[in-house]
Amino acid sequence: MNTRRTGGPAALRWSRAKWRNALLQVLILAAAIAGALWLARNTAANLDERGIAVGWGFLSRPGYFPISQSVLPYSASDTIGWAFAVGLANTLLMSVLIVVLSTVLGFALALARRSSKVLVAGLAAAVVDVLRNTPVIVQLLFWYSLVTLGLPDIHRALHPIAGVFLSNRGVYLPALKIDGPAVPVRLVWLGLAAGALLAGSASILRPGRRRILLYAAALAWAIAALIWATVGLSVGLRPPRLEHVNFIGGLQLSPEFAAMALGLVLYSSVYVGEIIRGGIEAVPKGQWEAGLSLGLTRSQTLRLLILPQAFRTIIPPLTSQYINVVKNTTLALVVGYPDISFVAASAISETGQAVECVVILMAVFLLISLLAAAGMNTLNRKFALPSR
Amino acid sequence: MTRPRRLRWAALTLTAALAACSPHHASTGGGATLAAVRRQGYITCGASQGTVGFGAPDKNGYWRGLDVDTCRAVAAAVLGDKNKARFLPLSGDQRLVALQTGQVDLLPRTFTWTLTRDASGINFTIPNYYDYVGFLAPKSLGASSPKGLKDASVCLQSGESTAAVLERISETDHLHIRPVIFDNVQATRAAFFAGRCDALVTDASALASVRATLAKNPSDYVIFPATDEVEALTPAVRQGDDQWFDIVKWSFEAMLTAEELGITQANVDEMRNSKDPRVRRFLGVDPGNGKALGLDEAWAYRIIKQVGNYGEVFDRDVGKDSPLKIDRGLNRLQRDGGLMVPLPFE
Repeated sequence: MNTRRTGGPAALRWSRAKWRNALLQVLILAAAIAGALWLARNTAANLDERGIAVGWGFLSRPGYFPISQSVLPYSASDTIGWAFAVGLANTLLMSVLIVVLSTVLGFALALARRSSKVLVAGLAAAVVDVLRNTPVIVQLLFWYSLVTLGLPDIHRALHPIAGVFLSNRGVYLPALKIDGPAVPVRLVWLGLAAGALLAGSASILRPGRRRILLYAAALAWAIAALIWATVGLSVGLRPPRLEHVNFIGGLQLSPEFAAMALGLVLYSSVYVGEIIRGGIEAVPKGQWEAGLSLGLTRSQTLRLLILPQAFRTIIPPLTSQYINVVKNTTLALVVGYPDISFVAASAISETGQAVECVVILMAVFLLISLLAAAGMNTLNRKFALPSR
Repeated sequence: MTRPRRLRWAALTLTAALAACSPHHASTGGGATLAAVRRQGYITCGASQGTVGFGAPDKNGYWRGLDVDTCRAVAAAVLGDKNKARFLPLSGDQRLVALQTGQVDLLPRTFTWTLTRDASGINFTIPNYYDYVGFLAPKSLGASSPKGLKDASVCLQSGESTAAVLERISETDHLHIRPVIFDNVQATRAAFFAGRCDALVTDASALASVRATLAKNPSDYVIFPATDEVEALTPAVRQGDDQWFDIVKWSFEAMLTAEELGITQANVDEMRNSKDPRVRRFLGVDPGNGKALGLDEAWAYRIIKQVGNYGEVFDRDVGKDSPLKIDRGLNRLQRDGGLMVPLPFE
């Protein structure tokens, strides 16, 4: 009180402005709350009047709609809630696949565009221009029609190597077949064999830890061989075989899955490639010169000097690109791949619970995007310059 | 028609949200739809995305078909002109929401009457076509019943009740049918004709339409039933407006009763001089029916004059005078052994 009185007119004006600001903020907040309440009340009244029950009870009822392919087991008599989980698993599988493959391909594209060979750089630039300047939905339809119209029908399937068939029903590959003891034993055995392979190949890439990795591989092989010898495991390939109208057995990569993965991987890899190229070019030229003058080769300079610095520029835009990939998977239904938005659409048409299903869809994508952003932010902090 | 799905989603969600959130009128009980339609000057009907015979624009952009004529009959009764009807093409997924939220006043769109749908804020009026779920397959497949589809890939559209039927027969008969599902009818049919699927499953009526209009050589394809159950394809209205519900029911009934009474598009004018009290009451020469429904007395006369009786509509759109050549079968009048029951206009 004293300070205000002694502060004179200037202080008084400042406090009035502050008052005004506070009042304005309270008013805006009140208006927003009132608007939300009004919308909620109207929605409830309209839904009630149209005889549409509100609530989440429908999730525990069976949906009776088919899902054409899924990672998780599904039958049409499962609940709608489970159908959403099945759709989510399909969305996540597709997202992870696209993120991984488009990063690898994008990196290759970035290097190709920086190549000193005119043909390589020109081709890469052309690919980027074509893919970046056409709508992704058109690309998906293009790949889908290429697969279904370009490949022969199932009775004339291409058969490039034993056990592999290409037709407009998709790609059929031999499946790994392990016969013998109980499922857990088979899984352990498979884990050991894969671990041994992984450790073996890692020993080539990491010369510094070659010895320990080779020991690990040998140990895993030994245990796997022991299991094989004692419990009588048999491992083989189960090739697909044509029976009546379709291939039975083996692994099937459906044209829907293939078109979706191919289309979105190519589309995203172009953006990822440009982000990586931008990151590499943002590193000052002096760093290259420093690396080369130390006697490093170009690839060593890239790997040891340039990329660690480029990551700082690359990670933030890459985060939003990855989130875009996840959101783009909702385009799946144009080529018939059953993602979570397909489940939502089917559930809406079966139950009419449009508001709830759209809320689920939004919540799921919000959650995935926030999780992806959180993960990438952690990575970003790891690569960020230590603050001084 | 393959509009970007995201865009369609956005449009659907937005209209659903807008409709759901729009100010709530206390007076949407009886009569609101009739008043709104009269004020607008046209009826909006949900239509298929192009099923020749049931609902599709012809080469001049004029909508034709059995479902379209069901809508035009209501327009003729309510607004005096069968052309005061607009058609909104809807996918299988969209149609229920479009009716619930008021985007369309009437949904005559090969829409199978089921309990869950009926309880979702809509009312089914009277079946305008009795159908069964069928398969369309190339003759070269050698299948003539679902048993021949073991391990087969079958194309279908999402949001259709046929999906549940397919799933059921696949499970009970251990057929391991592999569904391939699209969200719009064009993609579904294109995938079938590209050989992505061995068969196409949907209502047999739509299959007849597909075979007649899209197959390179229709006689290379066979249609066979998936089950022996009958499906009632029924125009639906929004719940809560009983007067509109009545008007739609009786507009369709008028076409059945006219056939029963022998009133046709050609003879409707001279039938006004008939001595038969049923005919006189039907055509509004003796008043009463119009007032009861809240319409003028000539409403049924206009339906027959402008659209025709059910037999004429059937023959013209899907029957012997159409490329589909569907047998009248279950859709004959009850007196001829069918399921169509004309009700008394008294």
